[in-house]
Amino acid sequence: MPSSTAAPRRSRDITGSGLAFVAPFLLVYALFLVVPLGMGLINGFTDASLVGGDREFVGAANFAEALTDPALWRSLGVTVVFTLASTPPLIAVGLLMALLTHHLAPARWLWRLVFFAPYVLPSSAIALIFVWIYQPGFGLADALLEMVGAEPVGWLSRPVAAMLGVVLATVWWTAGFNFLLYLAALQAIPGDLYEASSLDGASRVQQFFGITLPMLRPTTGLIAVLQLLASLKVFDQFYLITGGGPQHSTRPILQYVYEHGFTNYRIGYASAVSYVFFALVLLLTAAHLSIRRRREGRLGHA
Amino acid sequence: MPERPLTRSRARAGNAVLLLIAIALAVVWALPLVWAVLTSLKPESETTEIPLRWLPREVTAEAYRSVLATEEIWYWLANSAFTASAVTALVLLLSSTAAYGFSRTRFRGRGALFALVLAGVLVPTEILIVPLFQEMVFFGLVDTPWGVILPQAVLPAMVYILKVFFDGVPRELEEAALMDGAGRWRVFWRIVLPLSRPVLAAVGIFTFITTWNNFLWPFIVTASPESMTLPVGLATVQGSYGVRYAEIMATVVLAALPLLIVFVLFQRHIVRGIAHTGLGGR
Repeated sequence: MPSSTAAPRRSRDITGSGLAFVAPFLLVYALFLVVPLGMGLINGFTDASLVGGDREFVGAANFAEALTDPALWRSLGVTVVFTLASTPPLIAVGLLMALLTHHLAPARWLWRLVFFAPYVLPSSAIALIFVWIYQPGFGLADALLEMVGAEPVGWLSRPVAAMLGVVLATVWWTAGFNFLLYLAALQAIPGDLYEASSLDGASRVQQFFGITLPMLRPTTGLIAVLQLLASLKVFDQFYLITGGGPQHSTRPILQYVYEHGFTNYRIGYASAVSYVFFALVLLLTAAHLSIRRRREGRLGHA
Repeated sequence: MPERPLTRSRARAGNAVLLLIAIALAVVWALPLVWAVLTSLKPESETTEIPLRWLPREVTAEAYRSVLATEEIWYWLANSAFTASAVTALVLLLSSTAAYGFSRTRFRGRGALFALVLAGVLVPTEILIVPLFQEMVFFGLVDTPWGVILPQAVLPAMVYILKVFFDGVPRELEEAALMDGAGRWRVFWRIVLPLSRPVLAAVGIFTFITTWNNFLWPFIVTASPESMTLPVGLATVQGSYGVRYAEIMATVVLAALPLLIVFVLFQRHIVRGIAHTGLGGR
């Protein structure tokens, strides 16, 4: 802490330039985050249209419509199913990759490259690759199924297969991120824990369940939360691979918002739905924070 | 890290099994990209053959030649390079100055303003697409590079990460310089920023990759092929090339290359960045 007696010039300087340091960021922050947040809220209570014209205050009608639209609940269902179907494999595959890489020290950079590379590609590249792989007849997926004697699936033409297709593409695309988080966590586990337990005669399997998994629990929690938030906001893969089809059976919430705002021009309604979605995200974040706080309170400082 | 001596001999045998599993997983993981490359090297007529052939009968760069002959891909590459660089520069500049201000200087309302910035971390930018688009219409920035850039330059999480870092930097160096009569800005540029190179690199690389790959916002705000970024342009390829799969895969490979190169070059920074901050979740 600077004491006031030591350098009067310095403390004046400190107060003088402080605002100047934060002002540029705050200006952009206000313009492109705070203002649109407010505009969205106001939109939500009007019948504003993207093509302009007068807009009228409609009270909570948009919110009432949103909450009673079966299509919105269906989209919410798509998001929930996607989250439930993609999170376990994303965690399991990420963990498996990390364990393998951790124990195969010599070529670590090579494994890291192969497992993480898909993560740096844009979603539209992923979508093009997988649409190509899922082509009926001459696609790679059907050809591989045929090699093991299975029937072609009709990947993007049936609701369940389309969802499975997007989940597989997502696991391939993003497992590398969880892999790196797990790898870092594995490297942070102190080696003497294993040494001590092998002196006590513990097998590798026992060590895995007794030391490795428990030590990784905080990372698993972090990954699960990041995954949940990312899954709620999923848009690209669905929009680009299935287009939300067949018959809206794979249309996530954000695509619902996008279509109402930019295809039907109903920006009042789209803003209201955005806010419903925002409330959901905040609710889950708050739940996560309170669970974590309670747990940390119970365990002391973990 | 030295291998633990007691487990070494048992580990040998186990490692062979692990290696086999790892190779199998790596083959599966490499397959989609390898398949894209193989497809891109085939003549168009070979791509839809049944039964499927893995390798091209004759390797040809025809698909690449015709993709590179289109003007669009060059526009997309240039737009992506410019917008991602501009966003990265803006984020580094705006976030580091703000973080330093919040970490080191004192002014009225500092606590409240920092809380406001932190609250921004909770806002998913996806919910802002409609009002942001209205704003862009108002400013006349629809379908322009600045329309793509400006909304992406607001990353409150980066301010937080940098503030935490600055909080941990010992103040002695700065105080000595301040005593010598250097101003706050000079201290910031000459002393603090050079000390922060690793964390700035992590923030910069992540901002660059995220912006380069961002789909939703550029997709909303651009309309003409000349102003699209690479991911947005890529998404239009499916329809416009018809069923020319070799060309589509050649485009994918060309689009993937820049970032794969960035990743190989900055592997260490990226790995460390994810490990320490959980940056870049998607």
